[in-house]
Amino acid sequence: MTRYGYYPGCSLEGTAREYDVSTRIACQELGIELQELDGWSCCGASSAHATRYWLSLALPARNLRLAQEQGFSALVAPCAMCYARLRHTQHALRDPQVREQVNALLDRPLQETEVRVHSLVDLFSEEERLNLLRSKVRRDLSGLRLACYYGCLLVRPPEILEPDDPEYPMMMDRIVEATGATVVDWPLKTECCGGSLALSRTDIALELTRRLLEDAVRRGANAIVTACPMCHANLDMRQEQINRRYGTRLALPVLYFTQLVGLATGHTPKELLLHHHLVEPWKLLAQVGVTA
Amino acid sequence: MPQNMALRLDLHEAPLARTIQQRLRVDVRACYQCGRCTAGCPVAYAMDAGPHQILRGIQLEQLDWVLSRNTYWICASCVTCTTRCPCEVDVARVMDGLRELALEKGIRPSEQTVKVFHEVFLEWVRRTGRMYEAGLVGLYNLRSRELLASADLVLPMLAHNKVPLLPRRYPAQPEVERIFERARALEGKR
Amino acid sequence: MARVGVFVCHCGSNIAATVDVAKVAEEAAKMDHVVYATHYLYMCSTPGQELIQQKIQEYNLDRVVVAACSPRMHERTFRKATAQGGLNPYLMEQANIREHDSWVHAEIPVATEKAIEIVRMAVAKAVGLAPLEAAQVGVTKRCLVIGGGIAGVQAALDVAEAGYEVVIVEREPSLGGHMAQLDKTFPTLDCSACILTPKLVDAAQHPKIKLYTYSEVVGVKGFVGNFQVTIRRKPRYVDEKLCTGCGICWNNCPLRPRVQEDGTVKGGFPSKFEANLGRRAAIYVPFAQAVPLVPVIDTEHCTWFVKGGKCGLCAQKCPRGAINYTQSEELVTEPFGAIIVATGFDLFDARALGEYGYGRYPDVITALELERLMNASGPTHGHVLRPSDGRPPKTVVLVSCVGSRDEKIGRPYCSVVCCMYLAKHAIMLKEHDPEVEVYNFYMDIRAAGKDYDEFTRRAIEQYGAHYLRGRVSQVYERDGKLVVEGVDTLIGRPVEIEADLVVLATGITAPEGARELFQTLNISYNQYAFINEAHPKLQPVETNTDGILLAGCVTGPKDIPATVAQASGAAAKAIGILSKDALVANPMVAEVNERECVGCQLCVQVCPYHAIEMTTTRRGKSVAHVNPSVCKGCGLCVNACRGAAINLKGFTDQQLVGQVAALFAEPLAD
Repeated sequence: MTRYGYYPGCSLEGTAREYDVSTRIACQELGIELQELDGWSCCGASSAHATRYWLSLALPARNLRLAQEQGFSALVAPCAMCYARLRHTQHALRDPQVREQVNALLDRPLQETEVRVHSLVDLFSEEERLNLLRSKVRRDLSGLRLACYYGCLLVRPPEILEPDDPEYPMMMDRIVEATGATVVDWPLKTECCGGSLALSRTDIALELTRRLLEDAVRRGANAIVTACPMCHANLDMRQEQINRRYGTRLALPVLYFTQLVGLATGHTPKELLLHHHLVEPWKLLAQVGVTA
Repeated sequence: MPQNMALRLDLHEAPLARTIQQRLRVDVRACYQCGRCTAGCPVAYAMDAGPHQILRGIQLEQLDWVLSRNTYWICASCVTCTTRCPCEVDVARVMDGLRELALEKGIRPSEQTVKVFHEVFLEWVRRTGRMYEAGLVGLYNLRSRELLASADLVLPMLAHNKVPLLPRRYPAQPEVERIFERARALEGKR
Repeated sequence: MARVGVFVCHCGSNIAATVDVAKVAEEAAKMDHVVYATHYLYMCSTPGQELIQQKIQEYNLDRVVVAACSPRMHERTFRKATAQGGLNPYLMEQANIREHDSWVHAEIPVATEKAIEIVRMAVAKAVGLAPLEAAQVGVTKRCLVIGGGIAGVQAALDVAEAGYEVVIVEREPSLGGHMAQLDKTFPTLDCSACILTPKLVDAAQHPKIKLYTYSEVVGVKGFVGNFQVTIRRKPRYVDEKLCTGCGICWNNCPLRPRVQEDGTVKGGFPSKFEANLGRRAAIYVPFAQAVPLVPVIDTEHCTWFVKGGKCGLCAQKCPRGAINYTQSEELVTEPFGAIIVATGFDLFDARALGEYGYGRYPDVITALELERLMNASGPTHGHVLRPSDGRPPKTVVLVSCVGSRDEKIGRPYCSVVCCMYLAKHAIMLKEHDPEVEVYNFYMDIRAAGKDYDEFTRRAIEQYGAHYLRGRVSQVYERDGKLVVEGVDTLIGRPVEIEADLVVLATGITAPEGARELFQTLNISYNQYAFINEAHPKLQPVETNTDGILLAGCVTGPKDIPATVAQASGAAAKAIGILSKDALVANPMVAEVNERECVGCQLCVQVCPYHAIEMTTTRRGKSVAHVNPSVCKGCGLCVNACRGAAINLKGFTDQQLVGQVAALFAEPLAD
């Protein structure tokens, strides 16, 4: 087992609790020991960087400092938003002037060592973990035709987030492939869903989300997998609103990739909190012989 | 600025471009107006000026015109513009910077709801140390006077065990609040 | 005592406006060794030069100091004047009181004082000068042309027509380069092959031209007039002398491509000449008019080579017995007096910009691929058909600047030709099928050539191509169509086009192996591996190494007319060298004092021109020796030599110390 600091982030305590639970289960299966960061706080997410630059660095920096103080050399942030903000902050802190300024905002300054921040997708897509995953598959999920949705925050900007390919990432596709499910090639996998405008300009978020969902359906996907709680909330919870607004008949289940790993490795839908999704996946799961 | 007047150009001094350069370390002179930022922007359709036009506005020192566009409030921070810019201009960062500038100058946002959302979000972080989703929606509805926003989601969410926690203060809250205060003081220095 | 004459130049007002030239002459006259000093409006003018000659005679001068501009500007002029006055030309010292003084100072007293100091130093150095004699070296009257595209072939023909032997070395199996792949040329719409192939044939049949195709330059030694070049001739496995190009071998190769009943092609291997859209056998000529029309065997695929001696059908069928599986690589070394580098370009690999989907979607193609699709002898016999389904496209989007003007990927330069070839493509697509709608995304239309802008306007006005000012953000496939997300910045809105075919105008890059070749030739190049001209304006076809000349896209993107003009320019320069029986070497070169040299070889390592070699003295001591014909007089070896055993003639330690001492001989006035 490799030991990692675990930064769940606020969503995984709330609307994305199934992501937290399935992350713990999937990591257990793949030999990743997670230890939750003690005393963590919010990273400030999009609102801090959108309006208050220094806050957007200081809030993640506090958590990076906790990781240093608690002796973690690596930190896992499954939430794409938290991951992006932590990486942005690390990038900015490499400038000594910025670092000094940010230290002045904290109770205690950061230490010198840089903690490695992982998205979980990057860890799972390492070749030896994929092999381990393949060896642990207990269910035939080939009937699931999945479109992998990366969204913005796992890939952009590539200089900071260092994805395998910013225009056509394959990390999650490879994880899905290793679970035995069928991957649907999806050119829109990194297009924005408008998640940050979901409350304030719902019309825009619905329009962007509709484009994505319709395109995934058109390409033969029977579900979407994602690694971002904000995208998930948007894609899963807004389908009824989209149907009402556009007269569509969308009902496309949206799973976290960790739930898929859990399913493949034999865990029950209930353990993985699949009943938490608004678009219920039961019909789809029944097709591949998984019952609730 | 009356709509039917020619733009008055006086580029002897460039206070706006200089502010952008100093604060954001973005040099707008690098932009050659290819428009690729607008071409790839998923929300450009809802903007009254494309991102490239905002950059042009900065190049021509049209501060009032720039800040009265809705562009930087509509921006969803997807960073496609920055990623694909052939001139290495961090367009998404410019949008962040313009929001800050507009708030500093007390300009009434063209998208009031976006501003309220960010304020409410940060307020919960300051008060509790973490973001509180249920509270975020509630307070947002109150402040934006959109009392029924997302109301149609409440029942389905409850039905799917997305039961909100009660708000609580986390142990991190005192330091987080101090961070907010220190950041405010730093911003006030400008 | 030396007898020095000092001549102070006004350079119109360039010097005289800031420097009190009369005062400088007056002060110079008081300096040690100076027997005459004067000032004049333009020393470089004919009367100015005559003044120098006259005063040398009149005052019996044995040294001349001209206080004027930079030696780069007029050193030759004043040396010539000195020689005409009857002195050794290297007894002239030029003091730079323009670039080093009047141009960089504003106040007259300061500038005047500095001018006096500069002149004092020059006088001190002049006193220590020794006469130098320039050596003469013979010239090998042969020219090497590296690269057999239009640039190399044009240069070779011009040099050969002047009566000198030429060798063309071409890496590919045939002459022709990229121009052979083009369908039409802008703005005249000439058939590219029709105007090119006669030149290829002329070159092949010219009695003064020898071709080494499928060959590469691997070593260069020597100097202008006397280069020794080693060429690697890769084995074709076909005897060039026996082969008649009849085609029996490639038409019988079991691995040849075959057209199926449904029109598709099976078998064979992607043809590089056809931009990988067409296929060829394992023994092939790149194209039907290849020069020489002699095939090569692709050993990576040929059954004989892959399976160790199986097959052999081509050898059996060849009526001339030209197939030779045992041919091996050959190294030949030949002497040349001049070298013309015309190695051309490659195209940017659009896979590096994943957002355009090149390599992922078959109907996203490069402009060169479109050339092949339009060409009557191309893989589709001149029908523009989509690679995915073989159907004619009805909506075509042209994308400019793919790999050009892009700081992000380190290619900020303009590729020069794309705007024009896209206009050509717009016209040709319409000519092929008037029903096609053509959209061209551009940033600026760069049509600065004779009849170029008119040509672009014709594409828009007469042929109805739709020009959209903006850059494309991404291309993706949806329902068998390509969705192009672009913008029209003039109307300020994003635009989306559903296209059948997307054509990327991939930019021009230096070809693979360019850096290695340029290092072998010892010529300097920029960060994009384009060669630096000796002077970007005044010596555009020369390199910083004498005798090595340039033509075509080796210096950067260029169109065909500019390439051909440059090739003829390079040829003229080569002819200029070859027409001389002997070349005069620069005598201001480094010289090793063999008694002081300890043989450490540091100078050998630092010499950028490979001018220093080790030799053994009669007493058996290993010492450095500078080849005066190769030495450029840069002085690096002088600095590197720990024992001070090397001196640079015209800049000896003694001369330089004298010059510096003169500066400090008198305390500076406050």
